[in-house]
Amino acid sequence: MADIEQLKATFFEECDERLAELETELSRISEEGPDNEGLNAIFRTAHSIKAGAAAFKYKDLVEFSHEFEAVLDLLRSNTINADQDMMKLLFEASDVLASLVEAARDGTDFDEQSVNNVLVQLRAVLQGSSSSPPAESTTQDASPENDEPDDASESIYSIQFKPKPELLKYANDPIFIIKELKTLGDLDVQIDISGLPDLEEFDPECCYWSWNLTLSSENKKSDINEVFEFVIDDCELDIQVQKSENQIDEASQVQDQVVVEKEKQPSTSTAKSQAQKKSGKKETKNSPAANKIKSIRVDLQRIDKLVNMVGEIVITQSMLAQMIQQNTDGFNSEVMRGLEDLALHTRELQESVMAVRMQPVGSLFARMPRVVRDLTRRLEKDIQLVMRGEDTEIDKTVIEEVSDPINHLLRNAIDHGIEMPDKRVAAGKSKQGTIELAAEHRGSSIVISIKDDGGGINGEKVLQKAIERGVVEPNAQLTPFEIDNLIFSPGFSTAGQVTDISGRGVGLDVVKKNIENLGGRVSVSSNFGAGTTFTLLLPLTLAVLDGMIVNVGHEKYIIPLTSIVESFRPVKDEIHKLPDDRNVVSIRGEYFSLVYLGHVFDVPNAINDPKKGLVILVETDSMGKIGLVVDDIEGQQQVVIKSLEENYDPVPGISAATILGDGKVALILDIDNLHHSQRSPSHMMNIETSNIPCDVNSTLQAAKLNYSEQTNRITEDAR
Amino acid sequence: MGKRVLAVDDSKTMRNMISFTLNGAGYNVTEANDGQEALTIAGKEDFDLIITDVNMPNMDGITLLKNLRQNSKFSSTPILILTTEGGSDKKQEGKAAGATGWIVKPFDPDKLLQVVGKVCH
Repeated sequence: MADIEQLKATFFEECDERLAELETELSRISEEGPDNEGLNAIFRTAHSIKAGAAAFKYKDLVEFSHEFEAVLDLLRSNTINADQDMMKLLFEASDVLASLVEAARDGTDFDEQSVNNVLVQLRAVLQGSSSSPPAESTTQDASPENDEPDDASESIYSIQFKPKPELLKYANDPIFIIKELKTLGDLDVQIDISGLPDLEEFDPECCYWSWNLTLSSENKKSDINEVFEFVIDDCELDIQVQKSENQIDEASQVQDQVVVEKEKQPSTSTAKSQAQKKSGKKETKNSPAANKIKSIRVDLQRIDKLVNMVGEIVITQSMLAQMIQQNTDGFNSEVMRGLEDLALHTRELQESVMAVRMQPVGSLFARMPRVVRDLTRRLEKDIQLVMRGEDTEIDKTVIEEVSDPINHLLRNAIDHGIEMPDKRVAAGKSKQGTIELAAEHRGSSIVISIKDDGGGINGEKVLQKAIERGVVEPNAQLTPFEIDNLIFSPGFSTAGQVTDISGRGVGLDVVKKNIENLGGRVSVSSNFGAGTTFTLLLPLTLAVLDGMIVNVGHEKYIIPLTSIVESFRPVKDEIHKLPDDRNVVSIRGEYFSLVYLGHVFDVPNAINDPKKGLVILVETDSMGKIGLVVDDIEGQQQVVIKSLEENYDPVPGISAATILGDGKVALILDIDNLHHSQRSPSHMMNIETSNIPCDVNSTLQAAKLNYSEQTNRITEDAR
Repeated sequence: MGKRVLAVDDSKTMRNMISFTLNGAGYNVTEANDGQEALTIAGKEDFDLIITDVNMPNMDGITLLKNLRQNSKFSSTPILILTTEGGSDKKQEGKAAGATGWIVKPFDPDKLLQVVGKVCH
């Protein structure tokens, strides 16, 4: 059985749906112009949110949605017009509404200033149109009269109630009214049956009686009026107040009369319901909602737990498989076949569970047209937004996390990317700029790109600035791609001035950081004069990862597959020693610095000679590609990510852990931070002579020991 | 078996509120999304009371009312409309279309039971 909390949960779910609807309709209307259907739909959203909020007594939400609804009501009755300013206000109001819903749900505070700001504007609209009633409580009712006693003492009311014949027509019934009156106090009932016609003229659907009622009650006259609320137009009603407490004597045998009246009363509704009982039809509880998508909402935590459990099953399954592979003698082929099935089903189970978390990016994209429209208007530019791949599915958590970065990049494209219309025309482009927001799957990643046909990035200016700020060395040789990507460096802004649109004191470095925190990466490529494309590469899910298992000494590490470019075993001529003692590997004319994993993690017996082990070329964000030196590659595997941070502080170079098929814990490398530790000159290796570092700064060495101790402890503990 | 109630509202919250309250008081509530759906359900089943919102997609409450009143099965069934309009426009419109009475939103469970009690015992 539902309780109040569940009802509330339903309410908030509905609010979310309504708010999304509101947003969609507003966007549509602002593009296609207002129509009755749209305005009505918008009105309904505010209306239902208000009704629900009132039921649960969310005062602020009720107050705001009430004003919003009132304005929408004026709009749909064409009392006011949906011009541009009005649309802007509606969008703002919709945002505020969303924030209030959120505040009500989470029990948090909301931004009072912005709420009041919009509230004031809404009220101004309401006052501006004279016909609108002042927006106050909606519960008050029609006819409160003043001649009622104001103290709580008992009063005697003398009530003449003379129904018109048609009172019974729509299922109103004097009996119920009289019963209701009885709940208010002592009631004497006298029935007047003088209006009863001859039998031939008698119509059972008409009411021929009238009543003289005397009620002694502490209630006010308005309460008594309310009892007759539904029939006030279908009867003659006269209520007189007599303050004194006598005169009750005249009503004596009334009780009998009530009973008589009750039996004679041609109560059509009662007759009807009895007839219905006889028909004995079964009713189905479920209403056919054929045109709705069938879905249920599930707490994210439950799904996470499910994902986690499936992860465990995957591990158990691969452990079993491994055990049996190592010891085939003891098992017959049936067991083997069963195991194969188990593997297959486990995989399917895992995929299905993962799919539960997936949502189309369309829900995220849907918010963007408005951003573009608002800004375009503010900047007096002319921009169209084209969206592709809205159906592409991605983990819900990723969607939430990636919303701000995309918003930021979009604003950036509108503000800095697309030029003013006259400038575009002068450059021989179409007056209208285009921004394309697209999503697509690429392997186990999703790629979201934001492409504009604006002015592009001025590489020279960027490079100059980067040198000024010491981001790169003055004599650095950078490819155009590398130069473009300098704009992600902290504190880097190429716009002449920071505007309130894309500036906001937050740079692209924050965007980059947010994306990287998700295990994704962001890059930019630009054609100066012709446009810019930002590309976000995001993991499909945060729960599993496609990894490459590598061996380093007796340890296994996981390298995220998305980072890996290639692997190879260099020959002697390809390994070079730099003046600062770092080693680099050259391949096809390019040079990459080498990072010895065995050394970084202080793994005994690791192969520290790339010529004997392997170099895995990985892409990092901060310094391009680097080569990781490992013993060898064990294989590719999808691994379940187990967070370390519940038990350990963040460990540089390690992002998480996983459990391998043999039950052993393996650490997942955080390539970018691994690299940071390599920027220090500590990593000096004489590969020709020894696999022990020969010239190591002692403090760094100490730090590193600490570091490897920590990682060793993790693996020990995990076992 | 309790009295059968058909609750018609496009807001799930409202429907659930009504169901929750009335089911708890011994009624037997069936829910419908909008007027169209209500009409379909009402065509197949009997009800002792119908509660409907006014403003709904597909078919609004007033149209539903008129349709129900034309059906002899429901010509004298109590029908309550849910209205927020404190002003009497909607009430009168509803009344003219055949409503027995109205429930002013927002309402709490007690109020709902009270009004329902007025028309359906």
